Amino acid sequence: MAEKVLMKGNEAIAEAAIMAGCRHFFGYPITPQTELAAFMSKRLPKLGGTYLQAESEVAAINMVYGASAAGVRAMTSSSSPGLSLKSEGLSYLAGSDLPAVVVNIQRGGPGLGGIRPSQADYFHATRSTGHGDFHLIVLAPNTVQEMFDLTIEAFELADKYRVTAMILGDGMLGQVMEPVDISRAGNVKTFPKEWALTGTQGKRSKNIVNSLYLEAEELEMLNLKRYEKYAEVGKSARTDNYLTEDADVIVVAYGICARIAKNAINEARKNGVKAGLIRPVTLWPFPKEQMKAAAATAKAFVVVEMSMGQMVEDVELSIRCSRPVILCNRTGGMVPTNEAVISAIMEADRTERS
Amino acid sequence: MSITHELMIAGFGGQGVLFAGKILSYAGLLAGKEVSWLPSYGPEMRGGTANINVMISDTMIGSPIIDNPTMLVAMNQPSLEKFEKDVKKDGIIIVDSTLIPIKVKRTDVKAFYIPSTKLAEDEGIKGLANMIMVGKITKELGIFDLEVVKVATSKSIPERKQDLLAYNLKAIEIGYNFIEG
Repeated sequence: MAEKVLMKGNEAIAEAAIMAGCRHFFGYPITPQTELAAFMSKRLPKLGGTYLQAESEVAAINMVYGASAAGVRAMTSSSSPGLSLKSEGLSYLAGSDLPAVVVNIQRGGPGLGGIRPSQADYFHATRSTGHGDFHLIVLAPNTVQEMFDLTIEAFELADKYRVTAMILGDGMLGQVMEPVDISRAGNVKTFPKEWALTGTQGKRSKNIVNSLYLEAEELEMLNLKRYEKYAEVGKSARTDNYLTEDADVIVVAYGICARIAKNAINEARKNGVKAGLIRPVTLWPFPKEQMKAAAATAKAFVVVEMSMGQMVEDVELSIRCSRPVILCNRTGGMVPTNEAVISAIMEADRTERS
Repeated sequence: MSITHELMIAGFGGQGVLFAGKILSYAGLLAGKEVSWLPSYGPEMRGGTANINVMISDTMIGSPIIDNPTMLVAMNQPSLEKFEKDVKKDGIIIVDSTLIPIKVKRTDVKAFYIPSTKLAEDEGIKGLANMIMVGKITKELGIFDLEVVKVATSKSIPERKQDLLAYNLKAIEIGYNFIEG
């Protein structure tokens, strides 16, 4: 076994990005993701890469646009308020079919909010990260190892589909230190970029990267085509399941909440309640089919999240409200306790089987 | 049966509780254990409260958040007053008796008193009370050798500060060998 190293979640993302071949990072400091940018600022110049602290988040995302258009793997990272500022650029990236990797280490909101962990940007990440019809691929790690692994995958997916892939973490995952096996990076996949603006050398007709289409027919066609691509991406919705086979109560949680839920499920099982966990690894595409399949045998669902209840809507939609769904949540930077999750599981277990 | 050690070190920002936790996590990693290190502190760098949750386990770690530590290390009075009640029954509380004049009230835990801050001052290694605590914690945890902790320390101190390694190792030994009397 390869030697493991102790790393913060933020550092693991940065290390993975470098291993994935990212040599262009554009950022603007914000707690609780700062270690990520700090790591990049130390490492990238030594590798002949570019670390650039932009004048704002808006500038940083547009620099990612430029670097991506030139065909390189580019990245930016921020925390919640910064992502609001990046929204416009993310829409432009989508409209131009440019690949990029964006990290959101969420903190409590709205507004400037606080610096404690949160999952209140779920809607922003999965529903409307900017104006217009588009989606990001949203990956939700729950360990430092996964922050490493999924970041590499994010670069691969972004290039494969020419979309932005987002790593959606939270302040706790960003700050926690755990052992990481970085040898897992293995062979990182790359994809040819014939569309990139690399200079024609007089050998081909010019490439254009653009998101302005004034002819409605043309724009509609592009959007329809883009959604065919999204439908393809949709097939790769993914979960990590724990003790779901015989579960009466299905807990749905992602990120740090999934780890709290796992502990609670173990406790509940000691008390004779058959509980299990479905942890969405991809938040977009949302694993609808996996939810539907679980609803066939479970009698109730519990959704644990650090927001006023956002992912809970996707769970209800996926199962067409066919089972009761209990929300167990905290917000503003607070984290659900083990006890609260256990009692939500107990409450769910008391519901009559319909 | 698998054992999970849930260690909380709490004090003022600037006392080095986060670093102490990092050394112990690293030692756990070197000893082949699963570990996690989760800090909790305010936006201020110094003077505020800081605490660190370290889990060291034989099996995969679930949530890295510690509600009920098996060992509490209090490096200031507010930390002892705040977290004493949370310690698991039969758990351990280690108190920096230089900075904390009060005693542990609970009788269902094992309490140790070590004047880490004063020991550090007396030995000319002021500011290394945290590393004296690392020594004491290593002794009371009893899950890895002192040597492993020394290796972890040497690996955690950046190259440009390696001249400070000897002081840190000295502090760890003072804590490890301290006898209450």
